[in-house]
Amino acid sequence: MQRYVFSRIGQALLVLWLAFTVSFVLLQALPGDAVLIKFLSPELGLSPAQIAEIQAAYGSDTPVILQYFAAIANFVTGNFGYSVHAGVPVSQLLAANLPQTLRLATLGLTLALAIAVALAFLSTLTRFAFLRNALQALPALFISVPTFWLGIMLIQVFSFRLRLIPVINPSELQGLILPTITLAIPISAPLAQILMRNIDAALTQSYVEVARAKGASPAFVLWHHVARNAVLPTLTIAGILLGELLAGAVVTETVFGLNGIGGLTEQAVRSQDTAVLQAIVVLSAVVFVIANLVVDLLYPLFDPRLRTRQEVLA
Amino acid sequence: MNEPLHPQLLSIDRLAISYADGDERRRVVDEVSFDIASGEVVALVGESGSGKSTTAQAIIGLLPEGGRIDSGAIRLNGEAISHWSGKRLAALRGSVISLIPQDPGSSLNPVRTIGAQIGEIFRIHGERDRTAIAARTLDLLDRVGLSEPALRVRQYPHELSGGMKQRVLIAIAIALKPQLIIADEPTSALDVTVQRRVLDLIDEVRRDAGTALLLVTHDLGVAADRADRIVVLQGGRVQEVGVAAELLAHPRSAYARQLLADAPSLNARPTNRQPPVAGADSIVVAGLIQDFAVDRRTAIRAVDDISFTVRRGSTHALVGESGSGKTTTARSIVGFQRPTAGRILIEGTEISSLAGAALRQFRSRIQLVYQNPFSSLDPRQRVIDIVTEPLRNLSSLGPTERRAKAAALLERVGLPEALHMRRPRALSGGQRQRVAIARALVLDPEILVLDEAVSALDVTVQGHVLRLLDELQRERGLTYLFVSHDLAVVRQISDTVSVLQNGRVVESGTVADVFERPQSAYARQLIDAIPGRRSSAHVGQP
Repeated sequence: MQRYVFSRIGQALLVLWLAFTVSFVLLQALPGDAVLIKFLSPELGLSPAQIAEIQAAYGSDTPVILQYFAAIANFVTGNFGYSVHAGVPVSQLLAANLPQTLRLATLGLTLALAIAVALAFLSTLTRFAFLRNALQALPALFISVPTFWLGIMLIQVFSFRLRLIPVINPSELQGLILPTITLAIPISAPLAQILMRNIDAALTQSYVEVARAKGASPAFVLWHHVARNAVLPTLTIAGILLGELLAGAVVTETVFGLNGIGGLTEQAVRSQDTAVLQAIVVLSAVVFVIANLVVDLLYPLFDPRLRTRQEVLA
Repeated sequence: MNEPLHPQLLSIDRLAISYADGDERRRVVDEVSFDIASGEVVALVGESGSGKSTTAQAIIGLLPEGGRIDSGAIRLNGEAISHWSGKRLAALRGSVISLIPQDPGSSLNPVRTIGAQIGEIFRIHGERDRTAIAARTLDLLDRVGLSEPALRVRQYPHELSGGMKQRVLIAIAIALKPQLIIADEPTSALDVTVQRRVLDLIDEVRRDAGTALLLVTHDLGVAADRADRIVVLQGGRVQEVGVAAELLAHPRSAYARQLLADAPSLNARPTNRQPPVAGADSIVVAGLIQDFAVDRRTAIRAVDDISFTVRRGSTHALVGESGSGKTTTARSIVGFQRPTAGRILIEGTEISSLAGAALRQFRSRIQLVYQNPFSSLDPRQRVIDIVTEPLRNLSSLGPTERRAKAAALLERVGLPEALHMRRPRALSGGQRQRVAIARALVLDPEILVLDEAVSALDVTVQGHVLRLLDELQRERGLTYLFVSHDLAVVRQISDTVSVLQNGRVVESGTVADVFERPQSAYARQLIDAIPGRRSSAHVGQP
């Protein structure tokens, strides 16, 4: 077990390093740099000597390989550098924008899970074939809806038509309702699909027949025998979907005009603010790696077969 | 509970069951009638597709989706239960009628403890006192002969062997002292020796409580040993009902006679095997050792110093229970894995010296037929393509010649041309195994390794396939290595045999010697466990 934990943590660190390196190389390969974009404009009237001086201050005139090692050393110590565009430390930008995105992502994932579980359980337990078919068709619909369109439609319907949620100066809670729904619906679709399929697969297992032969009701069978077995594969997908969640947050934040990592990313890309982009990439990688690490470590809790080393028999 | 007024505990009256098949309904059980008295053991015997499992599922009210009782009645203690609601039936299940399932391996929930899975039957039927449930669970585990019940309740299914799991399932079935237990092929997934112990246990717990038993089986030998009466089903209809001993001695229906003739366990030696002409050695295995690494430091020795020789044109059987190393040995001989130590000579060629292209070409000389005809054929390929594929890989024939050869071979194994364009799903188990045999033979190999090749088939089909193998051997001078846990089948088809236990040969010799004069305790135990031996005294006597 200890070995399992350590090897998983080792893998996580490797992934982080790779994410950092790849993003560093890619960002360096971009033509131009933020310093030039910001200070080269003729209105500032800076002389080439002055620009060179600024470049030296940001460290962008040193060889790339030295920049790379300096950047790694800085990241490890928690120093993410300066944003050329905003002129403040990157860590300060992150601190300002991260809480909003985290709150949105957490709420979105929670709601997505709730929708998926509700859809899957309802479609299994219902006696009516038409309802089951309708519920099983929903995920396909959910996944084909573009996030930006869904956001706009929700604003149209709930804010402008029904006037349930104010567009201008909503309270903090009100302001989160529509973005959360927008984010949750596309994420819930694959979760619900996997869950439904796994519930169906588990229902055909002999142990389900044995449970029914004990006199168990359909709900008892679903809860005590099917649920846990069906959740296992869904857990893996949930970890992977976190990437979707981050990508979805960018669009959602843009549609609803929220300040968050999404907005920050968009701005950083536009101004080629490498330091900010680098920090965001690494941050996303950290979140991703941690989520999957947690999933891996949760697995043995759900599945006793992973707790003891399986013996390899011929 | 008072003694029921009706002497018949369960009475099936002209039962008809159908399944939805597209827009139509397919009748699988038709006009089936039989009774079970209190405390009686009735065996429901038939091949797959005979409707025996469907009948059993209908009795306990668990027909699969699409299944429906069209007419007839199932009466329990005189009351018709066949049209009861799901809820009313649920109250009956577990308490009055219980089930021992077919495959213990998949019949326990892998993520819940043994204790929870036994205990919940009390909970479902209204017991709320946790201490009482825990105590009764321990009692039950002790009752079914599991050592250290206190440890078992906290274990998970994967920590138990197949036989132990079946004991747990028996514990669940007897927990509420039901009046009827339905055992659906309760031992077909278990090793022979375990099989007998489990059947003995079912017998014992049933007798003590005076519970009736409906034993669903395809093995007439098992039915002969255990049942008071036998109901023979074919194609959804009852062919014959009778007292076990009488039915075995004087079967009236043609089908029962055929079943009896095909049951390997009830027949000493039906095929007259000619002793092979003294030929050269086809397979020589000397001091074979096969290790598997568990992790960097430890390894499991699956095969431990096995040696045997097979003469050309003869059949050698490797017999043993799961974990005995018989399949591992077979895989080494086919060249799927390199031996840790020892030598394997196939027709004079040392196979561990082969690699790359030479090993690939070698594969055409020795072919393997797998156990499961359902998973060893690609479901997306047509039968003819499945058989042609080896030729595409290992022969120089052109497309037309390849097809012609495959088609001829398919005809030879008994598959008419009409079936050649079908996919495996549209074939029966026996037909699929014929496809697998044709695929193995298409490269004209000298040796066929048959890994439990007939174990998944019904007795009748098994009989047909064994006869086919026998014919093919004589026509083509094939050498067979027959891997099996079923001693009755081994006795029918083999010339020589090696009995394996824990990776070692405990006994070897000619079939006659080993079966009639077993020297080792283990071989004796295996032979005694063959079902049908108790009643074989009846069979064949006038």
